Amino acid sequence: MKRFKDISIVLSILLFVSCLYFVTSVSAQQKHIILATTTSTQDSGLLDVLIPIFEKKTGYFVKTIAVGSGQAMAIGQKGEADVLLVHSPDAEIKFVSQGYGINRRLIMHNDFIIVGPEKDPAGIKGIKSSVDSFKKIAKLNSLFISRGDNSGTHVKENVIWKESGIDPTKEKWYQQTGLGMGQTLNIASEKKAYTLADRGTYLALKKRLALGILVEGDSILLNIYHVIEVNPARWTKVNSAGGKAFADFMVSKETQEIIKTFGVDKFGSPLFFPDAGKKVEDLGK
Amino acid sequence: MDLIIEGIVKAFLLFFSLDSEVIGITLFSLKVSGIATLISLFIGISLGTAVALIRFPGKKIVVSLINTGMGLPPVVVGLFVTIFLWRNGPFGFLEILYTPSAMIIAQAIIATPIVMGITLASVQQLPGKLRLQIIALGATRLQMVWTLIKEAKLPLLAAVMAGFGGVISEVGASIMVGGNIKGYTRVLTTATVMETSKGNFDIAIALSIILLVMAFLVNLILTFVQQRKRPS
Repeated sequence: MKRFKDISIVLSILLFVSCLYFVTSVSAQQKHIILATTTSTQDSGLLDVLIPIFEKKTGYFVKTIAVGSGQAMAIGQKGEADVLLVHSPDAEIKFVSQGYGINRRLIMHNDFIIVGPEKDPAGIKGIKSSVDSFKKIAKLNSLFISRGDNSGTHVKENVIWKESGIDPTKEKWYQQTGLGMGQTLNIASEKKAYTLADRGTYLALKKRLALGILVEGDSILLNIYHVIEVNPARWTKVNSAGGKAFADFMVSKETQEIIKTFGVDKFGSPLFFPDAGKKVEDLGK
Repeated sequence: MDLIIEGIVKAFLLFFSLDSEVIGITLFSLKVSGIATLISLFIGISLGTAVALIRFPGKKIVVSLINTGMGLPPVVVGLFVTIFLWRNGPFGFLEILYTPSAMIIAQAIIATPIVMGITLASVQQLPGKLRLQIIALGATRLQMVWTLIKEAKLPLLAAVMAGFGGVISEVGASIMVGGNIKGYTRVLTTATVMETSKGNFDIAIALSIILLVMAFLVNLILTFVQQRKRPS
């Protein structure tokens, strides 16, 4: 019987400790912000550089939830995030006009590229227009891997398909992964397929991929990142001060300078181009 | 094949060079899954024993529900825990989404039915007459239950291993309710997923190996406890 008592005491202590752990972790997050962002900013490693600097400067603790732009905005729409860093301009404009977000500000851009197997069975290498190259892929039924997750990249891909007048969704040569950019590139590489990717993630993963850049430089392929604060008027629980602090940090001169040089040492060229204060119309010129 | 060897080498390098991030993630995984398992043991063993010993109408349905729960998909748990913990959800006032606490809750929910199911089966397989005998020897009700649990010690330790194994290897719920936040809610499984999508396969393999070794060590200790001779 004594042992029974001993064990119940031990168990109660353990339970107490876990409760304590709960309470401390709750109180430890008075000053946190939730950043919903795209996978490309995390997979490229940019946030790993920027967030520690922001945290050190402001004392905020940033909870980065890296999902596709579509999901990031869905989270923001429910008031479950404080600030968004996304790259799906048309959806963003809608998001702001519906009153879910405020203070949408331009941060940076890079570009999308159409990548595919070095052998290039559809022969699209060197084609200037991404619409034409999509048409050619469709015509030859070459395997195309799509993100299929409503992310900024997926939305861009849909725009190109729409422009080319093709609905690939029911075709056998068109496959949707529903995964992030990194995993989708890996799958395209394994399957010797074409896909649309953002340059940042592609460069970061290049060493393991059997994929080459086939089409680039088309103006439709511009990939633009904005920061949006979630509207506190709509959701009272949103940490608007924190969200604003992060947005301000992203457009600050110091941060823009870091973005400018990020990736140069590792990849030989920058992954993103800082654009704070510029106009969208002037990009890529 | 080179990649796997590279990964194994990397695992050793990362671990034995005491890479602070990897050690941190490893210890954090142990902590979250350990606490979750403890909570699940507390609830699972008490409820499992109760269901096994008490006769009530609809018991078969309850037992089959518990048995179904043993295969509860982690992503389903993750989804529901996320919805409940949202700021504007029913438990939003706790403000614990994307924290270790949320991960512990989700993992405890996953492990509890596993522990409960195994407890239930192991107490039920004890000979029925044992109960009568213990009571006949003058034991109180509590003493009787305790003796039965002690009799079922071997399968109960299996319940601990199954519960712990279930949650330490789980990724779906952890990534949804934890968010894979660097230095805060990143565990071995979610880090493996992220490194894979980053294309850092060597680090991903290294993390997997650390996970496997850790799970093995925990089970080794539990097995020693389970298989040791009873002091008599």
